[in-house]
Amino acid sequence: MFDAFDPIVLARIQFAFTVSFHFIFPAFSIGLASYLAVLEGLWLRTGKQVYLDLFRFWIKIFAVAFAMGVVSGIVMSYQFGTNWAVFSDKTGPILGPLMAYEVLTAFFLEAGFLGVMLFGMKKVGKGLHFAATCCVATGTFISAFWILSANSWMHTPTGFEINAAGQFVPGPSWAAIIFNPSFPYRLVHTVIGAYLTTALVVGATGAWHLLKARRGEVARSSGPIEPSVVAANPHPTASGEAARTMFSMAMWMAAVVAPVQIFAGDMQGLNTLEHQPAKVMAMEGHYDSHPDGAPLILFGLPNAREKRVDYAVEIPKASSLILKHDLNAPLAGLDTIPDDREPPVAIVFWSFRVMVGLGMAMLGLGLWSLVARARGRLYDWPWLHRAALVMGPAGFVAVIAGWITTEVGRQPFTVYNLLRTTHSASPLAAPAVGASLVAFVAVYFAVFGIGTWYIVKLIQKGAEAGEPEIQDAPIRTAGIAPSPVQHPTEVQQ
Amino acid sequence: MSINADLATIWAFIIAFAVFAYVVLDGFDLGIGILFPAFGVGEQRDQAMNTIAPVWDGNETWLVLGGGGLMAAFPLAYAIILPALYPPIIAMLLGLVFRGVAFEFRWRDPRHRAFWDVAFTAGSVTAALAQGIALGALLQGIAVDGRAYGGGWLDWLTPFTVLTGMSVVAGYALLGATWLIAKTEGGAQRHAYRLARWSGVITLIAIGAVSLATPFLDHDYYSRWFQMPGILLTAPVPLLIAVLSLAFWRALGREAQYLPFLLTLAVFALCFVGLGISMYPFIVPDQVTIWEAAAPVSSQVFMLIGAGIMIPIILGYTGWAYWVFRGKVGADGYH
Repeated sequence: MFDAFDPIVLARIQFAFTVSFHFIFPAFSIGLASYLAVLEGLWLRTGKQVYLDLFRFWIKIFAVAFAMGVVSGIVMSYQFGTNWAVFSDKTGPILGPLMAYEVLTAFFLEAGFLGVMLFGMKKVGKGLHFAATCCVATGTFISAFWILSANSWMHTPTGFEINAAGQFVPGPSWAAIIFNPSFPYRLVHTVIGAYLTTALVVGATGAWHLLKARRGEVARSSGPIEPSVVAANPHPTASGEAARTMFSMAMWMAAVVAPVQIFAGDMQGLNTLEHQPAKVMAMEGHYDSHPDGAPLILFGLPNAREKRVDYAVEIPKASSLILKHDLNAPLAGLDTIPDDREPPVAIVFWSFRVMVGLGMAMLGLGLWSLVARARGRLYDWPWLHRAALVMGPAGFVAVIAGWITTEVGRQPFTVYNLLRTTHSASPLAAPAVGASLVAFVAVYFAVFGIGTWYIVKLIQKGAEAGEPEIQDAPIRTAGIAPSPVQHPTEVQQ
Repeated sequence: MSINADLATIWAFIIAFAVFAYVVLDGFDLGIGILFPAFGVGEQRDQAMNTIAPVWDGNETWLVLGGGGLMAAFPLAYAIILPALYPPIIAMLLGLVFRGVAFEFRWRDPRHRAFWDVAFTAGSVTAALAQGIALGALLQGIAVDGRAYGGGWLDWLTPFTVLTGMSVVAGYALLGATWLIAKTEGGAQRHAYRLARWSGVITLIAIGAVSLATPFLDHDYYSRWFQMPGILLTAPVPLLIAVLSLAFWRALGREAQYLPFLLTLAVFALCFVGLGISMYPFIVPDQVTIWEAAAPVSSQVFMLIGAGIMIPIILGYTGWAYWVFRGKVGADGYH
């Protein structure tokens, strides 16, 4: 069935598909774990019910997202071996230990304390429970540290030697491998991206309930919902205080972090220019060298055959200004790169623009919220709330677009300039890779589509005042399942 | 032996330990999934689920350590074995996807709980079967060509691997049943005793069958097990398994709480020792030794520092999490 296909192309599609799907969940859970730790910390400090309500509300969503991240992550850890055996053999001595450290220092920490975080509040008391939440949040960071170190090494390999078997082996210093040149930039940019992604989801949730409340005029009064409103509405809206708190916290995050992220992204771009110039040429659409100032191409259609960007809308000399801080600085183009070392321009060009465009939109949303806040109208501008709602998924799209930019921009290499993607694969047969690809696509869309739908349903329901721990499941304290029918009052702290 | 030889052996033991920890810990999670259809819909199933809900994720992490550790410590073995086992590995991964999300989804969606229960069972059975097949395929040998897998796509599928696959399913079911004996009371526990008897019989038959079949695979397993002086080392293994089996039946007979689970662990440990006797020092039978597959000394030393510090800590807080959720999962229900 797949005999006509190139197995390496199929394996690349499979990797791109599974890793993109996988990263959606960590991007969300890195930020959400921190948010949960903040909420629980605020609750312990202030004793305000709203923080506990929000904590209990988001922890349900976290549990679903985390489970999906775990199962899609296990697929990644075995896919190097199944589809990219040569890559595994050659880079195992360097990348293997980095990923093993991720398991030893992060995955066990997250998984070990997750059970206590989800079900252990009454078993261990508030203090230890907060410690468990902090351990899970810390684990997400440590995980990002190691996996981004490994990924960065593939972009900017340092500190290695090559042995007789053709393997990359560690040189005298592991620090030179771990802290390779692009790692600090990538780590900062990715973690901030995860924070923004979570903030936009939290903000959209708050906005949704504020908009819903405008129709019912509920959320603007503080405190729990009137029984009469609940009776009229089988799906009670979130407590007004919870919606406002969410929206306010998320908009602070967007306003403060979006500009920082744009700056961090710019720094990473300059680092990429230094180490992977061909990637930046593709991002910018610079087929030709510009000896006296390169234009910034806003939009256009990269034409791979003619090696030019058709219908380009340009700002003269702006690219040199951004990349070199000098209007007339010369910039080399892809004409200086041999054809067999050139990344696919169109994909990189477009994914980069998607990422930057969404970043600018996030900045705009943050600034708009600041204006509203300054005028004391943060909870009263429906158009701001609609914008925040539309921007809810933007973080995920921007994160995936960013990964496509950097990973496709590294092509045609897996280890930049040293190991070609075509020389990295297992001895694959197209039917096997094709069949597994079809299976992954079918299972992922079904399973993670349903999981995402559950999350959306939970978000729509919102956090209620006096949010119970677990509503539609037996209360799993001590792994005890009392009768499934529980009254919320029975599970209050 | 040079320092490198020692390091490779140490790492072989660490990875064997990770795989063993995975097998026994996630074994009882998967076992509960395998036995799930035998539990009554409603409270009995919820209770079985609740015995593992707080710990399954940590249990599964040992699988990532096993795979990641293999890539790091023995990259050549990882690069040969995984392509050789391509279909069962993919099947295992997809099974684990269904099994893992079923934990969360069945609570979220009572209307489709029946569907997620089926997914939980199907995922658990698939993962267990695939792991058993992978084990059998490794034991029966893998074709190697240079530094890569040199066989076909279906080499792993033989009567022997079907047997090992079914054996692992039975063994995991036994682990799940004895775990439930330890964690439940009343009617649920009586049910678990019944399941433990059945799965115990099947597991022992399976162990016997695999043990008898293994020496006749075309490697030097036979000479290791049945000739002097090896037999002095190997003879105690089946004898001990026989002794443990007797103890197991007596423990079931006098309705011991924790002993059946612990004895099952001991049987698994002995089977593991048997596997080690069969394979060591090869990591791909007759083809690649642990020294040939080993990563450079600096990789193994760097990781050994991490493993030496972290594994005791991991065992510590994992033990604490188990301690937090200790005891029976509630006597109510079962009216």
